[in-house]
Amino acid sequence: MNNLLAVVAAAVLAGGVLHGADRIDFNRDVRPILSENCFACHGPDANARQAGLRLDRRDDALARGVIQPGDSAASKLVQRVTQSNPLLVMPPQVTDKVLTDAQKQVLSAWVEQGAEYQEHWAYIKPRRPDAPAGPEAIDFLVGQQLAANGLQPVAEADRRTLARRLSFDLTGLPPDPAVVETFARDRHPGSYERLLESLLDSPHFGERMAVHWLDLVRYADTVGYHGDVPVNIYPFRDYVVRAFNENKPFDMMTREQLAGDLLPRPTPWQLVASGYNRLSRMTNEGGAQAAEYLTKYATDRVRNVSTVWLGSTLGCAECHDHKFDPFLAKDFYSMAAFFADIEEQGVFSGNAKWGASVRVLAPRDRDRAAAIDREVAELRERGQGKLPAHPDSLAHLSAYLRDDLVRWRALEADRVWSDCEHPDFSQCGRFELKQERDALVRAALTGEEKPREAIYRLETDLGDGVISALALELFPTADFDSFYVSEFEVRLLGRQDWPVRLTLATLLPDREEPGSMLRDTLDGNYQTGWHGKWEDDARRVAVFGLESPLRTRAGERLQVTLICNPRGGTSLPARWRLLATDSAFPELPSGGTLREAILADGTRTVDQAEALREAFDRIVGGNANWREIRALQRRRKALLDRAFESLVAKAVAEPRTVRVLPRGNWMDQSGPEVEPQVPQFLGPVSTAHGRLTRLDLADWLVSPENPLTARVIVNRLWRMFFGTGLSKVLDDIGSQGELPVNQELLDWLAVEFMESGWNIRHMVRTMLLTETYRRSSEPSEELLAKDPFNRLHGRQAMARLDAEFVRDNALAVSGLLNRTLGGPSVKPYQPPGYYEELNFPKRVYEADLDSNQFRRGIYTHWQRQYLHPSLMAFDAPAREECAAERAVSNTPLQSLVLLNDPSYVEAARSFAARILREGGKSDRGRVDFAFREAFARPPLPEERQVVLGLLERQRRHFANEPARADELLATGIAPLPARFGPTELAAWTGVARALFNKHEFLMRY
Amino acid sequence: MRNLPVAPFPTRRAFLGRASMGLGPIALASLLRDDLLGIQPAVSGFPDGPATVKRIIFLCMAGGPAHLELLDHKPELEKRDGEPMPESFTKGQQIAQLQGKQLRILAPQHPFKQYGRSGQHMTSLLPHIGSIADDICIVRSMQTEQINHDTAHTFMNSGFRLPGRPSMGSWLLYGLGSESEDLPGFVVLTSEGGSQSQPIAARQWSSGFLPSEYQGVKLNSAGDPVNYVRSPAGVTRRMQGDVIDAVSELNELQQTWTRDPEIATRILQYELAFRMQMSVPELVDFSNEPEHVLELYGTRGGDGTFAANCLLARRLAERGVRFIQLYHRGWDHHNSIKDGLPVSCGYVDRGTAALVKDLKRRGMFEDTLIVWCGEFGRTPMSQGSNPALLGRDHHIKGFSMWMAGGGIRGGHSYGATDELGYNAVENVVHVHDLHATILHLFGIDHTKLTYRFQGRDFRLTDVHGSVVRDILA
Repeated sequence: MNNLLAVVAAAVLAGGVLHGADRIDFNRDVRPILSENCFACHGPDANARQAGLRLDRRDDALARGVIQPGDSAASKLVQRVTQSNPLLVMPPQVTDKVLTDAQKQVLSAWVEQGAEYQEHWAYIKPRRPDAPAGPEAIDFLVGQQLAANGLQPVAEADRRTLARRLSFDLTGLPPDPAVVETFARDRHPGSYERLLESLLDSPHFGERMAVHWLDLVRYADTVGYHGDVPVNIYPFRDYVVRAFNENKPFDMMTREQLAGDLLPRPTPWQLVASGYNRLSRMTNEGGAQAAEYLTKYATDRVRNVSTVWLGSTLGCAECHDHKFDPFLAKDFYSMAAFFADIEEQGVFSGNAKWGASVRVLAPRDRDRAAAIDREVAELRERGQGKLPAHPDSLAHLSAYLRDDLVRWRALEADRVWSDCEHPDFSQCGRFELKQERDALVRAALTGEEKPREAIYRLETDLGDGVISALALELFPTADFDSFYVSEFEVRLLGRQDWPVRLTLATLLPDREEPGSMLRDTLDGNYQTGWHGKWEDDARRVAVFGLESPLRTRAGERLQVTLICNPRGGTSLPARWRLLATDSAFPELPSGGTLREAILADGTRTVDQAEALREAFDRIVGGNANWREIRALQRRRKALLDRAFESLVAKAVAEPRTVRVLPRGNWMDQSGPEVEPQVPQFLGPVSTAHGRLTRLDLADWLVSPENPLTARVIVNRLWRMFFGTGLSKVLDDIGSQGELPVNQELLDWLAVEFMESGWNIRHMVRTMLLTETYRRSSEPSEELLAKDPFNRLHGRQAMARLDAEFVRDNALAVSGLLNRTLGGPSVKPYQPPGYYEELNFPKRVYEADLDSNQFRRGIYTHWQRQYLHPSLMAFDAPAREECAAERAVSNTPLQSLVLLNDPSYVEAARSFAARILREGGKSDRGRVDFAFREAFARPPLPEERQVVLGLLERQRRHFANEPARADELLATGIAPLPARFGPTELAAWTGVARALFNKHEFLMRY
Repeated sequence: MRNLPVAPFPTRRAFLGRASMGLGPIALASLLRDDLLGIQPAVSGFPDGPATVKRIIFLCMAGGPAHLELLDHKPELEKRDGEPMPESFTKGQQIAQLQGKQLRILAPQHPFKQYGRSGQHMTSLLPHIGSIADDICIVRSMQTEQINHDTAHTFMNSGFRLPGRPSMGSWLLYGLGSESEDLPGFVVLTSEGGSQSQPIAARQWSSGFLPSEYQGVKLNSAGDPVNYVRSPAGVTRRMQGDVIDAVSELNELQQTWTRDPEIATRILQYELAFRMQMSVPELVDFSNEPEHVLELYGTRGGDGTFAANCLLARRLAERGVRFIQLYHRGWDHHNSIKDGLPVSCGYVDRGTAALVKDLKRRGMFEDTLIVWCGEFGRTPMSQGSNPALLGRDHHIKGFSMWMAGGGIRGGHSYGATDELGYNAVENVVHVHDLHATILHLFGIDHTKLTYRFQGRDFRLTDVHGSVVRDILA
């Protein structure tokens, strides 16, 4: 028997886990062997079951006689696994699975001991083990296990390390060096607790916690499929940050996210929270099959909810009953049925309308808007003209307005481009480009054959001035009887390193019609465009108004690209010119809106109706007070612009029918219809109101009846603060996951969490107040040898910062960090052309060139198909699917980011300025200052020497080549301090770069 | 001078000689360690069988090339041009943009001819590829499962329709590592032209649940070839080396007071990054390519064309890169197959053939696998109403591709579709089979290369796939 225990202990150790082992324990010793080697053919999946035998349930196994409790020799199970005949041995050779001798002995001993089964640990409700109350419980349960394994934990970390650890763990930001110094000296009892509390109260706590949650629920700013276009749902991200900051109980967070729209009289924020249901990927691709994509969306949601809350791979049951866990395919579709009430389309319409959303004003703005509305009503009343207030004679008005536009063009588009320097870019040849008088471009055929497509690109030098609009004038030629313009692109050269694409906001064609709309020239789709036949017109004109007037500078250039890719046929513009004007638009500020309002018969929006009414009042004389009314309406619009808009869940009256799809095949509608229900072995849930709703699901997820949610959440919290989950597979605590190394501790935490009222902050505080948390992360020789992966927590973990916090750290230390909370996602610098593979529409990334450049990483625009390369290099997930745990890689691409990404270079030069300004006068003092800022500690003498050596070399370089200093310091938009010479500043920038690239900068110890 | 081989990457000795000014003694010492450079496999024991190839160049014809014009000659379509497509073929099948439309047969819009001694039937639009007909093996019985571009690419690259799974190249690096010491082991190049360009997501070269060091790196066609590979403005290589030196020294000092095991790796990654800063610009600099090579490909480089990417692919192959993937976004001919297809062919024909010929000339053809394949094919049915502008819709039940290089039976055709080119009916090759075959050529048993994720052993071929032995030499 002793021998056997040694075997068990060895087997467990080999798995990297240590247990105090005495008797064979089914869940610890036997289930992993059966699950890995037997369940696929003798487990829950009825369709894959061989010989009608299942080994995952005792009654079935005994009924088939393969196990004789107490008699291993007579048990077929033992006979077959110990079989030497290759034709009879289990598992069969084809599976490539082989049991070790130790595993065979475990099975045999288990049968010998009576073949007791236990339900899988995670499906038994957690029970609070005997332990002291509060944080001591954690230390007690950890200590018990360390002692059982004869291990000594290491001592508490030094004070500076602790301060830095707390700061990164609770805010994702480096500590304030002054706080570190105070804390390092303050030995009073309670100083640690005070620091902890102050950080828990920081508004950045919510940001730190949200990063992980956003990975789980796959929050992103784009739809994911096909064109991966932006979608407005950033308020959901802000909801998550706020929820953590307000310490919203987790059960409430669960209800609001899954079913905020179903709560009685939901608040705007609860509606925003229901946007959780809209975070799955969506498509608007023309050839997509609606039924297929509705299935994709449904399965996406099942995978997510089961991973996030249940830590279960229910997603595996899409095509078949689960191979290892007792989930049936029916459970998968019953879960999907909870979400069948969400209003959506399999294929959304092309105009980037992505379903229900909420638009919410802040309370103060709501009052202001109401006051404005009252005032407008009064003005309208008083200024009433002779004509009816609501003109239905829109045909008349439309005609009038069109004339007005044409008049403006004739009068105002007067600035002719005099020199088109490179009118030579045409993909297909067969053209010779000539310049005629008055900037007219003439594309003359060089042969008989007419080209089928053309790309014209013109560039012109700009002076100091303003451009508010461009006009494209087309003239007929004998060569073509029609014209076709697919795309019209305008870029500014010479302002950034890359061409800046200008946004064209106001489109005024002389004529257009459905199928030939001017806006089709901006959609990135070459197959659509503005086109027409040459009949009576002497010319055709289209005006493109810039979003806002562009102030140009000498040395800059304007580049216009005209892409003509007619659908078949040859209908190219062959004689044309470009005009530009600096004149403001005439009294038709919302020309685009107005034009569409006129065309949008019967489907007018509120905005369009407003625009029409205003035009009517002003032009036709409908209301004498139109100026005042417009001013008020502008103010009202400004309020609305401040309002947030966010996708939300909206329940439809008749939920979609959900069927079990055989083999997951969406075209096979032969499976039985299912109603919403939780997995059968965990339920059922019943209700008085008939069909279960998402709210019922949410209630069940956080009910004491569900053994999974609390464990799953505390396990992830543990991972956040101790490096590894107590059960290390964060997205699977099923049969194939890991039996917790310390199940008593996990269960204590789970019960504490539920009994605290699902209080996240309470759990964080409890974990961080322990000695276990405060230990040094340096292992002793003994720990390194016996517990190399630190599963028993005899020390703290060494953790690399998450991608967002790597960025935040550099910005914070440099002094550039903009600590604003929330709001629309922002765009840090990104390599030009990074989005070149995106289409529908084509996109040009425009970095924010104001203080939004320096926002925290959590606010970065999250493009699912092309996540920002710096974030990606540091393992941030694309958020197409749930990511419970980020990989932690260590790659050369990370080095390139820290060395060369302009964000880090700019941060380094700003840090250099801080060092010079705040670090005293001596080089030595400045190096010490820099170390305290970057690492919360003074340098070692050797480190100081290395840095001083680098400083000297950098000084020499820049002194020899001062122009290079200027170049380096020109990186980014942050202002340059005038006080310091460029050579000195550039040399210290080199130092700052070295510190930002030092491994320690990425680590929390 | 004409036969001068392409300058190999400078040896480590030469590199050190050139850069020693900027490298301190510590970095120098660690540079001299020969281990751990380049991307290492995460598992041992692969290849587990005889390997015929060392690297793969996967030419992805993105958009879905019209196999019935290019590689699969169906005279029956000609005879029945304009007739309704028999419902026996299409009933209950997936359909993309032709949903709810009348389905009519469309005759091949371009003639076929026979090429080479083997007499392979191919379009007249690809004469250069025709000239290597005896080297390639055409498979006419491909099938896939996803009918839209995004998901079909995901399936072609990872064997799954869901995101989050590793792509082929990542699996190969995971199993075999890379032979390049100063370039990523999995490189992606893109070009476009010939039809509307469907988007390509970075997911297509994602390492999914595998460690991110195995993910593909896309070379940008404009700006820096690799993101952030250029030192900051004003910083010379020597100054950059100075900073990196100091970083390494500081990191080595840190090892005196902490046992953080990642520090050693970090130091190596900085060395690799520094080398990449030199090797990447050298990689994309074609100035040492002799005139006749540039002539062969029909490019002078630097223009982001498919031809330039083919030449770049050869240079990557020479430098030990394991998986080289070229996307040409220009085959989505929903319309204008008559006029549009020749344009697409014109973009890729010469470069493709040049690549094969160039590899042969350098003796690299035998250990390189070349794959020419779309994410799916196109319907026998026409799309569009204007007779001059007819096109074809997406099609997944039967399409064509070809392979060439080490271990592949050249001058051979395999598999067939039915008389209307709709269903693959003879020797069907599913995407999983293609994956199994590719791994087999690398000496990897596709059922053995696995990774545990969410409690399950995943592989490139899911639970499917068999090696297509009949196309092997």
